Amino acid sequence: MARAGSMINNKHGWRYDLKKYKIIYIMFIPIMVYYIIFHYIPLFGVVISFMKYKPAKGILGSKWVGWGNFEKFFSGPYAWRLIRNTIMLNGLLLLWGFPAPIVFALLLNEMAPNKYKKVCQTVSYMPHFISSVVACGIVILFVQSNGLVTTLLNWLGLVPRADLLAFPVYFRSVYVASDIWQAVGWGSIIYLATLSNVDMNLYEAADIDGAGRIQKIWHITLPALVPVIVVQLIMRIGSMMSIGAGKVILLYRASTYETSDIISSYVYRAGLLNQDYSLGAAVDMFNAVINIFLLCSANYVSRRLTEESLW
Amino acid sequence: MATIKRKSEKTFDVLIYLLVTVICLICLYPMLYVLFASFSNGYRIYSHVGPIWYPLGFSLDGYRVVLSNPDVWTGYKNTLIYVVFGTVFSMVMTIIGAFVLSRRGYKLKKFFTMFLVLTMYLHGGMIPTFMVVRTLGILNTYIAIIIVGAVGTWNMIIMKTSFQAIPQGLEEAATIDGANDLQVLFHIILPTSKATLAVIVLFYMVGIWNSWFNSMIYLQDRSKFPLQLFLREILISASEMEGNADIQSGVGISYVKELLKYCTIIVATVPILCVYPFVQKYFVKGVMMGSLKE
Repeated sequence: MARAGSMINNKHGWRYDLKKYKIIYIMFIPIMVYYIIFHYIPLFGVVISFMKYKPAKGILGSKWVGWGNFEKFFSGPYAWRLIRNTIMLNGLLLLWGFPAPIVFALLLNEMAPNKYKKVCQTVSYMPHFISSVVACGIVILFVQSNGLVTTLLNWLGLVPRADLLAFPVYFRSVYVASDIWQAVGWGSIIYLATLSNVDMNLYEAADIDGAGRIQKIWHITLPALVPVIVVQLIMRIGSMMSIGAGKVILLYRASTYETSDIISSYVYRAGLLNQDYSLGAAVDMFNAVINIFLLCSANYVSRRLTEESLW
Repeated sequence: MATIKRKSEKTFDVLIYLLVTVICLICLYPMLYVLFASFSNGYRIYSHVGPIWYPLGFSLDGYRVVLSNPDVWTGYKNTLIYVVFGTVFSMVMTIIGAFVLSRRGYKLKKFFTMFLVLTMYLHGGMIPTFMVVRTLGILNTYIAIIIVGAVGTWNMIIMKTSFQAIPQGLEEAATIDGANDLQVLFHIILPTSKATLAVIVLFYMVGIWNSWFNSMIYLQDRSKFPLQLFLREILISASEMEGNADIQSGVGISYVKELLKYCTIIVATVPILCVYPFVQKYFVKGVMMGSLKE
């Protein structure tokens, strides 16, 4: 008897577990239901990628077409353009948008900790809180033919006096620049937080060795940032293809689709506006698969090279 | 030698301060420009070329028109509804989820964690989610905007981490006194995690305030549009059709339209920017909590 009792306690059978943690299991029910409805059912909903889905017939009544939607997309005129635009836009964001907050954090880190530095930080975070609709509204006003940015760039002889967003050549630059404007300050927070933990003795030792400011940045500050940079970079690359359609939809026009239309904006147009749900879902799935592949590769490479990784 | 070095140090400092100042001006000036422009005379701002440093011919005409636009008020009302109910819904769900994940010892803990974390990497995407919303029959309702995409798994994880940081002793003492899990949550965990809760509330509020994409997809009824959707009409859709509008209503009207855009931006952004200086430190804190690797 005594042995049986202790066995139940030690092995914690299911019945014991359910009883002891009853409240926890009950509490999890709404969360479970929510995640099943809004995350897992949509995950299975991608089966419509392989169908000719008709809302009237439902998923069960619609016809299977196998890879048909994918063939339709890849043999169509837009596939290459969309893939190229998505990669280009994300590549440029990575190239310019990723280092920008790091550089800004390094600059801020060189300032003495005073009131002015605080003000600068607060000011630089501000654009992050402007909604993307308003931010894009400002961008559109600034790059129209008499807009501020157009005017300034025109004085420098870089652009004609015209609405820049009407031309495919300028779309990417406008997009990337506005992205940096909104993200540079906010993105620097995480790097500054890391730098505030760097051992001050390192700098003092470097001073004694006669190191200059640049040398200290290069040999102490930057190495301290490497782990964070790597993690940020993996996450960035992992989400590269999943860049939201939002800002693109706000900034693009039919006249600039040549450079501005990306996979997610096309999914929105083809899938929801034209109601070709299956095609939209198929293209979205293609995008998601590339994304997961990118995330895994970035993670693998970084684990090999730097021993920093997400998993 | 020492003086040379000190001199170069000084140049270096000046350079740093200069660069940072320029970057901050670039961050700030667009908002200032819009602010000055919104108080300007419509015709003068329309024909002006280059930067401005004060309102050109002070006028409140733009604001009079914008504030008498019923869309702006409908938008504000709806956004308020979405922010209040959306934040409450999101917080309740996030707290429950974080609490469950932070408990120790129960058998399904691993499974629950996987169940939630997996969704951070795998998404069904825009179309299947839309189909679920339609099947539930909540298209074009307030409910859809309040609950779809309302629970941030990442926020849940941040909150869980902070719940777990509470000293075990506190909970144990309460459990010995006969408190059950719910009592532990309400009397110990929530009161000691106020700072984290505040941060996550702010994240949700700003997120909902600024969101427009879900509303664009799920709403057809203009009377349910949040402010951001009306802003989109005023600031963005309008500019695409500018050419046509000019032909229809004469060139004279386009300077009024531009002035209205500036005023609309200010009217829609001022509430956020007013509270911003007071709450920004919480946001910074939130970013740092999120960056903690477990």
